[in-house]
Amino acid sequence: MTRRQLWLRIIAHIDPPLLLGMGLLMGISLLTLYSASGQNFERVLAQGSNILVALFCMWIVANLPLHILLRMAVPIYVLGLLLLVGVALFGEISHGARRWLNLGVTTIQPSELMKIGVPLMMAWYFEKYEASLTLKNYIVAALLLVLPVGLIARQPDLGTSLLILASGFYVLFLAGLSWKIIAGLFAAAIASAPVMWSLMHDYQRHRVEMLFDPSQDALGKGYHTIQGMIAVGSGGLFGKGYLAGTQTHLDFLPECTTDFIFAVYSEEFGLVGNLLLLVIFLFVIGRGFIITANASTYFTRLMAGSITLTFATYAFVNMGMVSGILPVVGVPLPLVSYGGTSMLTLLLGLGMLMSIHTHQKLVKT
Amino acid sequence: MNDHVALKNHQQEIFNFRLRLVIGVVFVLILLGILAARFVYLQAVRYDYYHTMAENNRISVVPIVPNRGLILDRHGIVLAHNYSGYTLEITPSKVKNLQVTINELATLVDIAPRDRKRFKQLLAESHNFETLVIRNRLSDEEVARFAAQQYRFPGVEIKARLFRDYPFSDKTAHLLGYIGRMNQRDVDRLEETDLAANYRGTDYIGKTGLEQYYESELHGTTGMEQVEVDSAGRAARILSRTLPVSGNTLVLSIDAKLQEIAEQAFGDYRGALVAIDPANGEVLAFVSRPGFDPSLFIDGIDEENWRELNNSPDHPLNNRVLSGQYPSGSTIKPFMALAALHYGTRSPTDTISDPGYYALPGTAHHYRDWKKGGHGTVDMFKSIVVSCDTYYYGLAVATGIDNIAAYLTNFSFGKKTGIDLQGEKSGLLPNTEWKMKRFKQKWFAGDTVSVGIGQGYSLVTPLQLAAATATLANGGIAYRPHLVREVRNSVTNETRKIDNPVEADLKIDPAHLDLIRRAMAAVTQPGGTAVSASAGAPYTIAGKTGTAQVVAMKQGEKYDASKIDERHRDHAWFISFAPVEKPRIAVVVLAENGGHGGGTAAPIARKVLDYYLLGKVPKPAEVPVVTGKTAAVAASGVPEVEVEHD
Repeated sequence: MTRRQLWLRIIAHIDPPLLLGMGLLMGISLLTLYSASGQNFERVLAQGSNILVALFCMWIVANLPLHILLRMAVPIYVLGLLLLVGVALFGEISHGARRWLNLGVTTIQPSELMKIGVPLMMAWYFEKYEASLTLKNYIVAALLLVLPVGLIARQPDLGTSLLILASGFYVLFLAGLSWKIIAGLFAAAIASAPVMWSLMHDYQRHRVEMLFDPSQDALGKGYHTIQGMIAVGSGGLFGKGYLAGTQTHLDFLPECTTDFIFAVYSEEFGLVGNLLLLVIFLFVIGRGFIITANASTYFTRLMAGSITLTFATYAFVNMGMVSGILPVVGVPLPLVSYGGTSMLTLLLGLGMLMSIHTHQKLVKT
Repeated sequence: MNDHVALKNHQQEIFNFRLRLVIGVVFVLILLGILAARFVYLQAVRYDYYHTMAENNRISVVPIVPNRGLILDRHGIVLAHNYSGYTLEITPSKVKNLQVTINELATLVDIAPRDRKRFKQLLAESHNFETLVIRNRLSDEEVARFAAQQYRFPGVEIKARLFRDYPFSDKTAHLLGYIGRMNQRDVDRLEETDLAANYRGTDYIGKTGLEQYYESELHGTTGMEQVEVDSAGRAARILSRTLPVSGNTLVLSIDAKLQEIAEQAFGDYRGALVAIDPANGEVLAFVSRPGFDPSLFIDGIDEENWRELNNSPDHPLNNRVLSGQYPSGSTIKPFMALAALHYGTRSPTDTISDPGYYALPGTAHHYRDWKKGGHGTVDMFKSIVVSCDTYYYGLAVATGIDNIAAYLTNFSFGKKTGIDLQGEKSGLLPNTEWKMKRFKQKWFAGDTVSVGIGQGYSLVTPLQLAAATATLANGGIAYRPHLVREVRNSVTNETRKIDNPVEADLKIDPAHLDLIRRAMAAVTQPGGTAVSASAGAPYTIAGKTGTAQVVAMKQGEKYDASKIDERHRDHAWFISFAPVEKPRIAVVVLAENGGHGGGTAAPIARKVLDYYLLGKVPKPAEVPVVTGKTAAVAASGVPEVEVEHD
């Protein structure tokens, strides 16, 4: 095998357009992180190694044939569910929430696993009963979704549970859940809002209240929202320039390397930068849609569609939260925020997209 | 035909899916459209507003740190308060070259190497926006000098801050503890308990002592101000303001004057003193000697001072009252006697004939009495008065270690008293189970013998012994020792009494109690081991001396204080309460390396009793200043007759 053949073998399952989009976002991540961390090069290196590890995992997933992906659905889901039950029973409490499970060697957050596990399981289930889908199947699929979501919401981690709920809902939607039921669900959701409110934890209510009037608690919970909006707004058309964001560098912004990194970017690169970022996101999401549209099996269509829509949702929720149209729920900006876990989960999803796309292409030719 | 249907279905299905996908695409476009619109709104339409907010006139939310609560003694004397002073502060992010700036500042105000070191440390721990203190407590002259030159130093400013001050300094250091700069661990703990918002802007937190234990009362509620700040960082206009609520005032049961007198009474001795009101457990004096200057710790102690305090052979940082664990020596005897009476292993009239030593049946090893030749015929009353060791060797063996441990635990030996301070040690009340666990060894009868006179494995803290003495004085009704009487709200001035309910009723037989108290009263009378304690006192004192061995002596060796290195001399104990008929105060004194209890510890207790019961302030001449038994006794003005080594 020549070097060229080896190289072709390595990149065989990589989707160049998707990789390009991701690479741009990761570049923005490193660039912004350097500024957000107060020009701390170590932080950038740490994120760089997060990216490399995640890229490697993505490459492995991209090379997995589809039938293996399909076969992994049930074990991953069951494992995730068991871990979630484990968290509920023996989890470690940090910041008033029980999210982590200490395995002795390392602590893990099983809800991260379920971000992939839930849509995978639901897509597997629909694939299995593809020939004869009835209402009963949708109900079973919905139960597969509600169980982990409920466990995660109880931790309490409302943000993650809602996002997983969304990813599962996308599967249901794409699998052809009837419009009547969708309309009914929305009506029920709106009707049950007061009940939800009464079930929410104090800090969750607080976050929702803050959305409507952040100045109510400008020092405490509303602080994030106000400072985020000031950072974004003061960026203006062209931004204050790289490394020149006053909000960031004067420490007004909390968590500016993780959940609020978009505020830093926004402040320094302005409206032009923001629109460019939206275009890049749209490019990645669009590529995801194309892969979805070309997917050959029921399973891959549902999976690809859900991954793409979920990715879009993450991006929307994070930017919406920083710019003050959504409550602060603690969702990172995909591929940009600092952090190894979310980077890994996202790239595993994108790796699946690549696998879905490249494996059927090979079959066709 | 069938194929056709299947194909059609398949096509239909693909069509349906693609339709849904298109809806998905539209959905995403709407979401991104909303974001784009929001960005246009914030960054183009409302740009001026946010630009103003962020750049020219930054609106910042400035926390207003509440004044920390005061700490007063029982009569309202201030033990901890705040005073305002000026600090010189630097915002590193606004300064081009820190080193040059600091050097130039040093030409205007004194900046010691210590200040530079501390600043460097602060810088390493800080976030980039914070302002950091380079100098504390500027003099008026320094303030004026800097103010005239301020234009040369962008990013450097003078701030008025409140400083914590402890007027009694080292005398209350172990009691009050101190506040110090918050570190990462403090921050993490606050976040765990959801208090972080209330500590925004707060730099200091209680680290030890009452400052730590009552942090939540003392801190107060942080207020905030929304201010417009100009580009130089100066507040231009206040938009809204929520006032902070000062921390609550703690009113202690401590009597500051009594505390001071007790401190002085120690002279050069190291040791501890605890005075408790037996009727309710209120601690009247809490002395651990030597103390230290708590103000050294507030802004982070420098290396030099730290090394000096930490390496000093006097261990000034050691809170002897709470965490000093010593053999109780003979002070345990009244409690041992009560245990024996309780279990019926000794009756008040049982006598022994003391040859000056004790031997376990069938063994040759001699456990010696402190008095060569012994005390002759000894009953329980006399055993306490003359502190007969032989009597207690036999008593302990007859009662059995597990009975002793079970009974003494009621007096809070071997467990924490639960005083309102952190860091209390629980001493050691050994029993068979403990020895098995600790040493994997059986308990031997010989172990019990030495426990009988408060040696061997047993250890007590001065606080435990004080609590036990108070319980004895109070007829067996035990109160948990406590320091804070009431908490006074800083705004409404409402006071909230701290409840201290009865901890336990030991149900001691009144006849037993009477015997022990009479014997302890006789200890301070001619013939007793602490006659110096009550000489000339117009009230009666019950007491018991004790000597805790620091270095074990060989069989047949004679203790001679003058030949032993000062730090290897025995510790002197004295426990007491007065007046015997209706005790108003219980005092326990430990004088480290003080020799024997009657000689050094008892006179210290006496000064405390005199002040508390008679209001008598010792004359300066009465305060011993020289280390050593002879000097102390001579200076106390009490004849040395009858003072015996127990």
